[in-house]
Amino acid sequence: MTATTAASPKGRRRDGPNRPARGGRRHRRSAGPLFVAPFMVLFLLLFLAPLGFAAYLSLYQERLIGGTVFVGLDNYVQAVTDPLLVHGVVRVALFFVIQVPLMLLLALLFALALDSGLLRLARVIRLGIFVPYAVPSVVAALMWGYLYGPDFGPFAQLSRDLSLPVPRFLSDGWMLGSLANIVTWEFVGYNMIILYAALRTIPAELYEAAAMDGAGAWRIAWSIKLPALRPALLLTLLFSVIGSFQLFNEPNLLMKVAPDVISSSYTANLYAYSLAFTGQQVNYAATVSFLLGLVIVIVSYAVLLTANRRRTS
Amino acid sequence: MTTTPQPSAPLAQGTPPAAAPTTPAAKPARGALPRRPRRGPRRSTPLTIAMLAALAYFLLPLFWLVIASTKSTQDLFNTFGLWFSHAPQLLTNVKDTFTQDDGVFVHWLLNTVLYAGVSAVGAALLAAAGGYGFAKFRFRGDRAAFNLVVGAVMVPATALAIPTYLLFAKAGLVNTPWAVILPSLVNPFGLYLMRVYAEDAVPESLLEAARIDGAGELRIFFRIVLRLLGPGLVTVLLFTLVATWNNYFLPLIMLNDPDLYPITVGLSSWAAQAQNGGSGASSDMLALVVTGSLISIVPLVVAFLLLQRYWQSGLASGGVKQ
Repeated sequence: MTATTAASPKGRRRDGPNRPARGGRRHRRSAGPLFVAPFMVLFLLLFLAPLGFAAYLSLYQERLIGGTVFVGLDNYVQAVTDPLLVHGVVRVALFFVIQVPLMLLLALLFALALDSGLLRLARVIRLGIFVPYAVPSVVAALMWGYLYGPDFGPFAQLSRDLSLPVPRFLSDGWMLGSLANIVTWEFVGYNMIILYAALRTIPAELYEAAAMDGAGAWRIAWSIKLPALRPALLLTLLFSVIGSFQLFNEPNLLMKVAPDVISSSYTANLYAYSLAFTGQQVNYAATVSFLLGLVIVIVSYAVLLTANRRRTS
Repeated sequence: MTTTPQPSAPLAQGTPPAAAPTTPAAKPARGALPRRPRRGPRRSTPLTIAMLAALAYFLLPLFWLVIASTKSTQDLFNTFGLWFSHAPQLLTNVKDTFTQDDGVFVHWLLNTVLYAGVSAVGAALLAAAGGYGFAKFRFRGDRAAFNLVVGAVMVPATALAIPTYLLFAKAGLVNTPWAVILPSLVNPFGLYLMRVYAEDAVPESLLEAARIDGAGELRIFFRIVLRLLGPGLVTVLLFTLVATWNNYFLPLIMLNDPDLYPITVGLSSWAAQAQNGGSGASSDMLALVVTGSLISIVPLVVAFLLLQRYWQSGLASGGVKQ
């Protein structure tokens, strides 16, 4: 759809009220689609086509007798009443509600501290906090998995030396928190940098004016910096929604360390993966991943709408 | 000190990324982002101490990794995790990591470089051309197309992975490098970032002047626009590089030949072996997993340090406008 419009440069020109008049430079209108086309073609093939294919697959079932049959929304009915999937989504939602606010709050505090100009070694601290982002989540999960370990993990070693009870990071009750810690460790720095970069674009005159009016550091942070951070915060929140709901790497790797705690349906995404690749239930896997995508889009829109409503009110 | 406005004046940074600072750690004064004049010389010691405590949390696992990679598998179990053992053997571990299974780790490293490098360069160029096209030209359907792309930012990559696998299986692309590279070339957020960046960084007057001089649109793009887009381009490049370098889900699905694995999938397969092995033939695997992990994170950390002045200013534009 988009590729065809993008590829038809001779389209009628519509200078709506928002479109700046462009004079009669015909070559300009033909060049735009030319630049956009390579991206849009690949976007169509590698983004929209799989999405459409998943939607198509989700309407069929493979049966022993009769082969592949159209079943309408049967797979969806099965999915929303599937306790394994529902538990996976609820677990991930719980993770999201606890981990994301904590992570963004930390990122915000760090960004404000860095921007305050009160820190010594600011540069070292900024890069040090960001470094975990460059660590593959596989390596992060492996590292923390070893650190959590009850045998040679340093926390266990220390508690044993001090005759304290050994913390059971990989037990059923702690696992979600342990996962949250890994994800927080990985992404606080990334979010901090986005927020910090946004803070740096606030013009200095604003601060000078506020200082003249007698505003202190806290007042400036509250009345100037936080409002200016709104778009950046929204961006980080949006990425966190997307990231949390597709949680896969960390639980998949810790599964090998704690197979009794993490099942193959621990998160929705893990479930979709095991359905497709160990269960051979391709159609149902497509349904689950399509539903998961839908949940993410809905939550993202809810986040955007709430933020926009608050802005206008 | 003057403030260098960014990203509206990246002209000053017209040097290609290849000419980036060679010793960034030694030049802190030329930091990533423009500095405002300092408001008073006072620094807060309590705040600094609090932030150093936070820093310790972020560096602790990496500190552990460095220590652990100097140990044999036995010492990993028998000595305190946060300090060196009596018999450090980092070089032995590195050698063993590179020679295990006929040097399969070298394959993984090269595969990762190939997948991540091609994806990052391709994605950055596609996003730059697309972002510039959307920012500076009006054509039929441009708004709808752009909105579609921005909406796609919300579609999770993993929801696409399984149908993409099935499509690729039909096209015979599964278990080839293309299966990992192609999906990484489309970066909707990159396109969004480049559009925002291009709006500010590419002055209309310059384009007009080039057109009056008779330059074609393609020539203008490659000769002028790409340079102006420098920091934004480096940002998209670097973040796609990280995303592909660290990608696990996609190659896990798409590849089943160990010789094609990137580091992430390779390491996790070694980790599984170390877990199952316990003692016996594969009892040394643990040390290899740890050392391999350390080796795998060095290139990205170096890339970020070398290019920090570019990516930090590039990120600023994405976070400010929405």
